[in-house]
Amino acid sequence: MKNTTKIRATLENGVTTVKLQVLHPMDTGLFKDAKTGNVIPAYFIKELKCEHNGKLVLEALWGIAVSKNPYLSFSFEGGAAGDTVKVSWTDNKEMSGSGEAQISAT
Amino acid sequence: MLPRLAFGAWPERAFRAKSVPDTLHALLGTASVITDTTGVTLSVTDLAENGAVVPVTVSSTLPGVDSIVLLVDKNPNALVAQFMLAPGVKPFIKTNIKMAETSRVIALVRSEGKLYSASKRVKVTLDGCSG
Repeated sequence: MKNTTKIRATLENGVTTVKLQVLHPMDTGLFKDAKTGNVIPAYFIKELKCEHNGKLVLEALWGIAVSKNPYLSFSFEGGAAGDTVKVSWTDNKEMSGSGEAQISAT
Repeated sequence: MLPRLAFGAWPERAFRAKSVPDTLHALLGTASVITDTTGVTLSVTDLAENGAVVPVTVSSTLPGVDSIVLLVDKNPNALVAQFMLAPGVKPFIKTNIKMAETSRVIALVRSEGKLYSASKRVKVTLDGCSG
């Protein structure tokens, strides 16, 4: 799953703000395929975690009601320019992906 | 430490629950929530033309927030997401959610073991869950 996970982290006044997006269909399992009439099976990210220099800062548990191509922004104290922020995720088909970025000072 | 650290601990019962109280019991072990608080801020539109993408921002002024939960009252399953925050993480998240119909959106935060919530009614024009 190359290039499906985008992440950016900026530092301002001692607070690091992380913005990330994963390209993922997040199918609810409630829609029907317009052509075949068959239900499109649920396909969604269940768990996502973010690490700052290898230390867990945020973990998210998601259901089908997180929008397609999920976006998330959050912020934490204690980051420094050049530190690594990494996001990794797993979906209900046991597919996974990750992305990382260095914190940049604004 | 976060309450739940390892992958594989996805709370299936909570995500399958229909009502908000059932969801909270399954997810957090209690549905006792303090609703009259200024400590939780939920920013979301009054009118969502497309229920598939409804931007939501939750923030809090409460101390020691370790969990933020998003719920939509009238979705097929009320629970949208839970975010667990390590110490030093700001009580703030911004994300996009789906809404099936006009409903209350509920933002819930856990601060020092107690649950606090803010909610807002959002009118939805186009069903974002099953079209």
